Parts: sequence; C-alpha cells; structure tokens
Amino acid sequence: MSEERFDVIVVGAGPAGLAAAYTMAQAGLEVIVIERGDYPGAKNVMGGVVYRRPTEDVFPDFWQGKSSPVERNIVKQSLWLMNKDAAFSIGYGSAQFKAEEGYNAFTVLRAKFDQWMAAQVEEAGAIIINETTVTDLIMEHGKVVGVRTSRDDGDLYADLVIVAQGVNNLLVQQVGLGVDLKASQAAVAVKEIIALPTGVIEDRFNLEKGEGATIELVGESTMGLTGTAFIYTNKDSLSIGAGALVSQVQQKGVNPNDILENLKEHPMVKPLIAGGETKEYMAHLIPEGGYHAMPKVYADGVMVVGDAAQMVNGMHREGSNLAITSGKLAGLTAIEAKERGDYSSKTLSRYQQRLEESFVLKDLKKYRNLSHFIDDNTHLFTEYPEMVLAASHELMTVDGTPKGDKFKAMFDMVKSKRSLWQITTDLYKGWRAVK
Amino acid sequence: MKVEDKLFLVRFKPDTQSHLSVIDADVCLKCENKDCVKFCPAEVYEWDEEHKTLLIAYEGCLECGTCRIGCPYLNIKWEYPRGGFGVQFKFG
Repeated sequence: MSEERFDVIVVGAGPAGLAAAYTMAQAGLEVIVIERGDYPGAKNVMGGVVYRRPTEDVFPDFWQGKSSPVERNIVKQSLWLMNKDAAFSIGYGSAQFKAEEGYNAFTVLRAKFDQWMAAQVEEAGAIIINETTVTDLIMEHGKVVGVRTSRDDGDLYADLVIVAQGVNNLLVQQVGLGVDLKASQAAVAVKEIIALPTGVIEDRFNLEKGEGATIELVGESTMGLTGTAFIYTNKDSLSIGAGALVSQVQQKGVNPNDILENLKEHPMVKPLIAGGETKEYMAHLIPEGGYHAMPKVYADGVMVVGDAAQMVNGMHREGSNLAITSGKLAGLTAIEAKERGDYSSKTLSRYQQRLEESFVLKDLKKYRNLSHFIDDNTHLFTEYPEMVLAASHELMTVDGTPKGDKFKAMFDMVKSKRSLWQITTDLYKGWRAVK
Repeated sequence: MKVEDKLFLVRFKPDTQSHLSVIDADVCLKCENKDCVKFCPAEVYEWDEEHKTLLIAYEGCLECGTCRIGCPYLNIKWEYPRGGFGVQFKFG
C-alpha cells in the first residue's frame, strides 16, 4: 500500500466522508476512502432520517428510481409526551410532503444507504478500501501527511487527510484538535429493527403506499432520563430506539436496553409493534455537546467532518444533513487546495469559513447553550410531560364535573408541580438558550 | 427481550485479541458501583467477584464507545477493532 500516493485520504465511509469523497472525485482529485467495516455501513448507525435537499445537493436524485436507497418518504411527523399510561401527541402532516416537489425527508437503513453512496463515489473515480482500520495519523513537521492502518505495511501518504471516523473521534484527539466527549456531552442510544409487513405498517400508521411517518417520544419513553426515543417507518420494518445522556445512565445505573424494552411495553407503543420480529439490535453514541464540544475542524493537512466534529443538532434530531453538508464543504475546500498546491491550515481555513456561512455552524451556534440548559434542568423531561398529560386526562374525562372546576383542578395540579415563578423562569431560560 | 438474546441477531466477526481493556486493574478493585457492568448496551462487562477482575466479552461489543466516556474513572481503553473484525450490521 505504501507505494501509492493520493491527493486525499478519507477516513470513514459514512455520509460525511462519502460526501467529501464524491465532491472531490468528481473534480478529478485522486481520492481513497478507508473503511473499517466489511462494507460501508457495516459499522454505521443512526435513527434513520435523511433530508432531501442537503443530500440531493451532493447526490442528485438519490431518492428516485428502482435502485434508490430510501425506505419511505416522510409525510407526517409527531411528538409524543409520555407518562406510564398515556401519550399526548402533536403532529404535522401535509399533502405538500406527499407531492414529489415537496418531498422533504426519507427514512433509510444505513447498511443499504451507505453502500449506495459508496457505489456513487466509486463510479466518480474514488477508491474505497474496506476492512481497514486507521490507527494513527502520520505527522511530519507538525503537518498531517498520511495514515497508519491495521494492515501490514499499511502506511499511506497523501497531501490531505479528511477525518470522517464518526463520534468516537480518536484520531482527532490523537493530533490534539479536540478532547474526548464528557459523559454529559453524548447520549447512548439503542435501536431495534422490527420486521412487519408493508401493508400492516401503512395501516397502523395511517399511511398511503410508500409513505412514511416519524414519532419522537419524550418523558416516560426514556424512563424520565434526559433523552428521547423514536419510532420510524421503513418499507417492511420499524426502527425503534431510545437514548439518554451517558452521564445519566451511568449515575442511575440503567441499561439502555431496559429503556427500550420499557418503551416497547408502553400501552400506546405496544400495538404499533405487535407481531413484529426483531431483526437486529444496535447501539451508538450521539454527540449532544453541540458547538462548545466541537474540536478544531482543520489544521495543516487535515480536516474533520460530520460526527467526528460533533456536528449534531440534538434539538431537531438532525445529523445526517450536517454530516453530508460538512463533507461537501470540506471537499470543495480540498479542490481549492489542490488548485493552489497548498494544503496548509491557511488554505483549509476556508472550510471553517464555509461552515460559518452555512446552516451547519449557524444552527450549532444558535443552540450552543441548549445542551447545558437541558443538562441543568432535568425536570423538563419529567415534570412538564407529566403536567400536560394530567391536564389532558382531566379535560378529556367526562364525569359530570363542571368545566370551571376542571380548569381550577388543572391549574392547581400545575402549581403543585411547579410554581408559576419557576415556570416563568424555565420559559425565560429556555428562550435565552435558543435565541 | 434480553440483551443476550438480541446479540444472537447481530453478526459479529470476533478478532483473537480484544480491542477493549482495563487501564489499571486496581482502579476496578476500588470502584464501588461497577457502572460499566450496568450501562453497557451489549453487556460486555461482568465483574468476577471470586477473582476480583473485570471480565470483558469484547466479542459481542456493539462498538458504541459508551464505556470509554462513561467509566467514572476513565479506566477503559477503547480502540477500534482491527479492520474487518467486530460487529457488521446488516440493517444499521
């Protein structure tokens, strides 16, 4: 392997790395992608939503045609607030999402989706090497010049290395661009793929053929821990998962699988998955630290993209779009660097600039104080869902009590859980955290 | 469904060497709660009371990284398995 030299080495064949590789290969750069799994996607896990526009921006028409890697077009999205017995649901569905020009987001399964992207990357002229782990970045005179791999004689040199190795960004830490996540800066999520017939999924979620739905679940869905759960529809399976901050599962001594099993037994969830067969179980870390937890994303001879740079917008459960867009922006910067013949941090700082100009850093900056706010206010995930549910139960139970008495009871209930002053403070602090 | 039953559904290609290890065994001895035994989503860790040692079933590791950042003493060395080894998801 050591004989050959490339313009760029990309470490990791996920959405960020593959978007970067595709962008560069199309411009004629000599690119090699190194993937540690048997195939791209073999190690890759997410909830399962990709967004049309940012993905299309790199891979046009990815959602069209027979070979398309998408599962279902999402036409409605819901949020459930839950306690042990009940769920309060709000949602949004639209005919506009059903019409082709309005397609907005799709569910995917990563093993299939990542292999599809990898095929496009290879077609564009890049080389993908599987079953190879990058163990070190090779430095010379303070500059990244290549990678050391798990293969014998496995050193590989290039003008530029793009680190797209995901949330466990050991290489980023190794060269001092960032430090490891704290337990309060990441959620551990587990997920199951539960097989169900296509028609059954469409009946249960009230969907037309090929359409999909997403549900995010807060409150008892994570046993009151700070986190969220989700149910997404695939073609002939459901992705159901739950995650909570690592700091909390550690302090409370909870196994993430117990959170998921608790969710599956919930009376409002159980009928959705009834009769389904679990096909796979996986676990993954989700970066939740936001802007403040990000490493430096460039240095001499190196750029960092996607989860490896902790680019996740937890508030809006977005990650794949930040990954793909950051990969593209790093790719564009690499093309410029090649033209100039200069891969120094000065040239690569254009990547940072591009991120600043895009939604990626604008959004991450907007929510930069949110994870801290949520971390300090764990009652948001327990008391408020409970209040909404208790109030809903009171209001919807017809038992001869005059409505005036019901409203008074609801008001007293809310006050008993949290004073008006506390509620006002929560609202103000919450607003400050996202303004 | 128990974790061990779920792991039967997952495809693993175990290496002969572990990618997970304890940095300082004495730290585990003094660790009261053994949090890793509880929070690992693949139940990789088990405390052997008789031999006072942490057993690591790395062959069934889902490679999430939780133990690395979740060990209160940061006493777990977590590396990526060698290329081609470890978990290989069919769906992901």
